[in-house]
Amino acid sequence: MLSEQILEVKNLKKYFDVGPRQVLKAVDDISFSIKRGSTLGLVGESGCGKTTVGRTLVSLYEADGGEIIFDGKDIMSANKKELKQLTRRMQMIYQDPYASLNPFFTVGEIISEGLIIHKIGANKKERMEIVYELLELVGLHREHANRFPHEFSGGQRQRVGIARSLAVEPEFIVCDEAISALDVSIQAQIVNLLVDFQDKMGLTYLFIAHDLSMVRYISDRTAVMYLGKLVELGDGDEVYSHPVHPYTQGLLSAVPIADPRRERSHKVQLLEGEVQSPINPKPGCRFFKRCPKATGICSEVTPELIDVGSGHMAACHNID
Amino acid sequence: MIRDNDIKNTDFKFIDIGSMDTESIVRPSTSYWPDVWMRLRRNRLAMTCLTIIAVLTLLAIFAPILSDYEYDATNLSKANLPPCAEHWFGTDSVGRDLWTRVWVGARVSLMVGLVGAIIPFVIGTIVGAIAGWFGGWIDMIIMRIIDVGLCIPSMIYVILIILYLGGGAKSLIVAMAIMGWMGSARGFRARVLQFKNREFALAAKTLGASPKRIVFRHILPNILGNIAVGLASFIPSVIFMEAGLSFIGLGIAPPMTSLGQLASDGAGKYRTFFYQFAIPSLVISIIIFAFFMFGNCLRDSLDPKLRDQMLINGRRGRKDMAGKKVSADE
Amino acid sequence: MSKHLLEVKDLYVSFDTYAGEVQAVRGVDFTLDGGETLAIVGESGCGKSVTVQTIMKLNPEPPSRIKGGSILYRGEELINKTNREMQAYRGKEFSMIFQDSMTSLNPTMRVGRQISEAILKHRKMDRKEAKKLAVEMLAKVGLPNPDKCYRQYPHTLSGGMRQRVMIAMALSCEPAILLADEPTTALDVTTQAQILELMKEIKERTGTSIILITHNLGVVSRMADRIAIMYAGKIVERGLPDDIFYRPKHPYTWGLLGSMPDMSLRTDRKLTSIPGTPPDLFAPPEGCAFASRCPYCMHVCLKHEPPVFDMSEEHQSACWLIDSRAEMVVPPLGEDKTLRVKGRGGHVV
Repeated sequence: MLSEQILEVKNLKKYFDVGPRQVLKAVDDISFSIKRGSTLGLVGESGCGKTTVGRTLVSLYEADGGEIIFDGKDIMSANKKELKQLTRRMQMIYQDPYASLNPFFTVGEIISEGLIIHKIGANKKERMEIVYELLELVGLHREHANRFPHEFSGGQRQRVGIARSLAVEPEFIVCDEAISALDVSIQAQIVNLLVDFQDKMGLTYLFIAHDLSMVRYISDRTAVMYLGKLVELGDGDEVYSHPVHPYTQGLLSAVPIADPRRERSHKVQLLEGEVQSPINPKPGCRFFKRCPKATGICSEVTPELIDVGSGHMAACHNID
Repeated sequence: MIRDNDIKNTDFKFIDIGSMDTESIVRPSTSYWPDVWMRLRRNRLAMTCLTIIAVLTLLAIFAPILSDYEYDATNLSKANLPPCAEHWFGTDSVGRDLWTRVWVGARVSLMVGLVGAIIPFVIGTIVGAIAGWFGGWIDMIIMRIIDVGLCIPSMIYVILIILYLGGGAKSLIVAMAIMGWMGSARGFRARVLQFKNREFALAAKTLGASPKRIVFRHILPNILGNIAVGLASFIPSVIFMEAGLSFIGLGIAPPMTSLGQLASDGAGKYRTFFYQFAIPSLVISIIIFAFFMFGNCLRDSLDPKLRDQMLINGRRGRKDMAGKKVSADE
Repeated sequence: MSKHLLEVKDLYVSFDTYAGEVQAVRGVDFTLDGGETLAIVGESGCGKSVTVQTIMKLNPEPPSRIKGGSILYRGEELINKTNREMQAYRGKEFSMIFQDSMTSLNPTMRVGRQISEAILKHRKMDRKEAKKLAVEMLAKVGLPNPDKCYRQYPHTLSGGMRQRVMIAMALSCEPAILLADEPTTALDVTTQAQILELMKEIKERTGTSIILITHNLGVVSRMADRIAIMYAGKIVERGLPDDIFYRPKHPYTWGLLGSMPDMSLRTDRKLTSIPGTPPDLFAPPEGCAFASRCPYCMHVCLKHEPPVFDMSEEHQSACWLIDSRAEMVVPPLGEDKTLRVKGRGGHVV
């Protein structure tokens, strides 16, 4: 009785106290769900709260409100034991291949850590066999198990990070800017690897990135975040070919196209100004000050996500 | 320069690159501590300091045993002899052999230095780790205690404790422990805080690792280097403090001796018997200098930036410790 | 007398490290004319940053060491200039913008002061004039409220604003060449678009030449007049944007272009990733550095470095596939269907 949605997030909130009477609303009342075996791309600029969403999902942060339902079970009401089991099934791949591997561990130790914690494999020998398998799965050699992270290149390290998360046999993986720190050719390697694993193991991904082109490539659905709020959500193609929210439009237009001819004819729609501070946000639409379409109502009423057709949602008062 | 006839037409056949190894690593495998040791070994100053420390330690252990004289045996007929073949460092005002006394004194000083530095460090590490990891009110209480404790000058503690417990090496060590743990606890707390949110610690957390595992398996090895450097520079301060206390008569009391006490003895007579003052002072200075310099060299060889530079060339764009994107290469 | 503004010839730079010599730059040639933007594209560790830092002599020696080559600026050799002599060029003739504006600005000094100090160093002005110019520059780079900004400290500004301050500072002495090392990599897309727009505008207004280092092919296509693709310390292909994007000749360029997903077209094609990892320049391979990752690798590639073939006046590529003895290969990307050039042989460097 597998439910179709592996993950449902309802009205998730995560606030941080940053000073006396100053609350940073990193994630402010967002809801979305992810279908089993699919990829949701989450895009937005730095500070929009996308990493906080990912970290809250894998229980690195405790949510301040809302529900996270993973495979039919509410994570927030789970007891310690259940939580350990649930979190095993939800893993994360981190952004920085340099910081995410402990420099004092060999690659073998790094990958086998999850095995030890969750008592997978009866003894060291069995665990090492699993480690070797995983290394080969991500395109490395078994001899690499005895090397230290600093001896590897960025792409190789990121593959070690992937092997580490795969070791505990997760079903859902949050890829938090997993390719942002890598070179273009290496990004493609990692993305291809992720897509392969999805096909083979039926993994579900939340793919967090600011690189819009890679997100379009990998995602089935795309969510756009701005200052702690979801502003647009829809099938990848829909969001990219018919963006509705002015922020999404500006964001997409800002991305330079790797094609000089099209780039020459492409008119950049510059968004003025910069992202505001998410500390103590005022009521109304958070994009209000930069929005080319803003009207009076935008400064007063916070827009809700509404369906603009076939599951394509946007939060804007002035949708044409 | 390639000459064209070096290249045969058959050279222009394709190779199946599947057969080639593109993932191999050329560099020899290195792990952290052997690396540090290698860098340290290449540092001439560090090796000189290490040799000095070793020689002095050996002398402190063996010189009194091999000496013909007891450190507390007086011989008034041979008082105040200058250095000679029989008494290498001369004798003091009651005819005790200074060679023996200096090395017994060095033994006491080194022991007080080592034990008096290690004990507060261990306490400090544990307390700092607890404060840093748990945070919240536990952290708050520990840090406030330390703040208050550090406000009081350390000399005052030490003098009070010695007055209460009486002189001697043991009370000195107790005093050092009570005074020294606070500084190191504060340092480690900061370190733990810094590493607790590093991605590798988070990754361990998502894998389900317990706090104990994260602190001891992940964070501690990463700050061990700093602990070593801290210790190497704390030892000379303890030796220095011991010498100072003995000099003013609060530390080691005769007939037991320490370098500070010897210097204090000699100080009154430095116009007439200069060597009685100069020799112990010189030995103290050498010990402290060697430890300090060694600590500095150790810090240099542990420096992760140097380590990266060793791997590839340094890059100016390196970001701070906030755990943001670190681009160590290119 | 060189007709180019800047001419780098056969530049070799190495770093002496504990582990041995790392050959970061291994024979780089390029030229830069007035008013043009040259984009140097490559992956991290390919030596692109080292190359431009060498032009400004910013790499400390040791560990870095210029092993050979020449850097001609307006016909004058810079390679033997001392650090002191170079001071006269830095800021005035060449200016640099770094990726990380936070570490490149002095955190304890107000930004305006930093700019006016730079002006005072190179231009004959008194403090008052320098201040006036600094405020003017801040306004020119599009900072709202330049007077207020003049008095602010770097950390109070956002990343995009700091990058603007850096650009204002770099341009305050009207340099002939602006060296931009990944100027937008740390920025968000919308801010990146603003900064790129600003750089374009400045180039048109002042005629400053730009050397832009980046790995983002989108940025390249938006900005570049000419492109040089670098791999493992060498330039493997260079040409006009249309050459590189539509008629690429080097398998590495194919790999780079193929690994970029095209955002405006949803395709289910698999990204062509380049397998493996760039070679360690600690022990560069004997033949072509790309050989071990190249799907078209031939025996000759492992033994001999490929010569540079002229495809046209502006377009050069260093690959054995272009040699007449190699089998015909149809490029997987681009518009032309053959790699050969009629009537031109390769010349050996």
